[in-house]
Amino acid sequence: MAKFDVDSIKEDFPILKTEKEGKQLVYLDSAATSQKPNQVIDAISDYYRTYNANIHRGIYEIAEKATEAYTDSKKEMADFIGADSYEEIVYVRNTTEAINLVALSWGERNIEEGDHILISEMEHHSNIVPWVLLSKRKKAKLDYIKVGDDYKLDEQSLEEGLEKQPKIVAITHASNVLGTINDVKAITEKAHKQGSVVLVDGAQSAPHMPVNVSDIGCDFYALSGHKMLGPTGIGALYGKSDILNSMPPIIGGGDMIRTVEFYACTWNDIPWKFEAGTSNIEGGIGMRPAISYLKSIGMQNVFEHEVKLTKYAMKSLSEIDNVTVYGPEPDNDCHAGVVSFAIKGVHPHDIASIFDNYNVAIRAGHHCAMPLVTQILNQSAVARMSFYIYNDEKDIDKAVEAINEVKRIFKIK
Amino acid sequence: MALDLYAEDLVANYEHPHNKKTMENSDSSSHEYNTTCGDDITIYIKVKDGKVDNISFDGSGCAISVGTASKLTDAIKGKSIEDIEKLGFDFIVDLIGIDPGPARAKCASISLKALKHAVFIYEHKKPDKETERL
Repeated sequence: MAKFDVDSIKEDFPILKTEKEGKQLVYLDSAATSQKPNQVIDAISDYYRTYNANIHRGIYEIAEKATEAYTDSKKEMADFIGADSYEEIVYVRNTTEAINLVALSWGERNIEEGDHILISEMEHHSNIVPWVLLSKRKKAKLDYIKVGDDYKLDEQSLEEGLEKQPKIVAITHASNVLGTINDVKAITEKAHKQGSVVLVDGAQSAPHMPVNVSDIGCDFYALSGHKMLGPTGIGALYGKSDILNSMPPIIGGGDMIRTVEFYACTWNDIPWKFEAGTSNIEGGIGMRPAISYLKSIGMQNVFEHEVKLTKYAMKSLSEIDNVTVYGPEPDNDCHAGVVSFAIKGVHPHDIASIFDNYNVAIRAGHHCAMPLVTQILNQSAVARMSFYIYNDEKDIDKAVEAINEVKRIFKIK
Repeated sequence: MALDLYAEDLVANYEHPHNKKTMENSDSSSHEYNTTCGDDITIYIKVKDGKVDNISFDGSGCAISVGTASKLTDAIKGKSIEDIEKLGFDFIVDLIGIDPGPARAKCASISLKALKHAVFIYEHKKPDKETERL
């Protein structure tokens, strides 16, 4: 695509043509889940209409076709994030399941009493709770890298955390509340020097910016398909093949075994060792056109488009009295397409309700990052708009209109 | 929907809530917390001759929860605790003049839930299923 043409992209997303009381949907909640293009919807429909069959076992044409489509999807995914091969791509339900898989398999085997686990204060619950559970089970120590006043990770706190030689460092690539992008390559290099394994939570980066796990050097990378144009219920765990091979399976059943005797089993090769039972076949098949769609635009173009929108939104909101924006300035490429904000004297849920009247969908709450929102930002909740390829400046103008309506209703200057 | 929900009356009750104070020597009180919104409401009651003689609330939350709590405390004064036991979500819809819809139902009902809990505690009774569903 030579030029980033939002109008033609919008055409591919049927939901964006829907209306409520004559107002077209303005969707500003893509950090929660993205909308789906016709290409993805059609691929899923086509699978069910023309070649629905279980994968891996059938010796007939449609089963072979389904198996090939599912495996091809993994190949696309491996290529998309720069993995060496599709064997390093485990399909799971979502980022949450990917991180839990690491905590339950790798963590259960490698974490011992007194060991340190290092995460940060800007993590999503999905990258906090599995480590809280693991550290309680193993009597390990869970440490947090602090978030500074500039909404970035505190360098000194990072160094202090790494000095304790954590067994694992699990860190988000991009914050779902602040938009902050962390330099996960630099963190990985430092962490590896301390002998730590590194997991990167890519839920908010894989959909929005170029990602290359080989370049980052991380041992694990987790992502959700539904946030990057794909269907719900499909996500990926990337793991370096050596480390995946060393890990025990956590769910037993069909497909994940090579041989089964009454009292003993041997495991299938990676990645299938971690995918017991019939997979989410439609999900895997739906991911392929989602990735192709993003590739055809180019992830650098996606990123630049979102940075442009983020800058526009932050400028627009900064010009409105009594509106506070949380997150770093979108300079130096350190801010992904998320703008969290508050209006003085108005609860974020009231903001979202009034936005809904304009058919503008935003999110309000703690965004599954309660420690960050309640203890670092000192808010019970914040409102958040988040952008994707199908958004443009006009969408943000409608949000600004809705903010002015909120202020009118609550008589705020 | 939303603009009707934010009627001037409800917003005024949010900005200048009635009966918003803790009550020393209350006969019963109950605290409710809504995890999705973070609404945090405590209701205090003073009972005399089987009727609510005095009522107040304290806490914080969105306009729907605080505005409704303010209106509820006004409406409940003098009501018998027997009648309060029977109150359901319809009472809230009448009170604010609109069904707030599923996304905001918990915000609208939190003060009624706290009130009914306070009444059940006062009567040493277990709350009924209707109340727990609010």
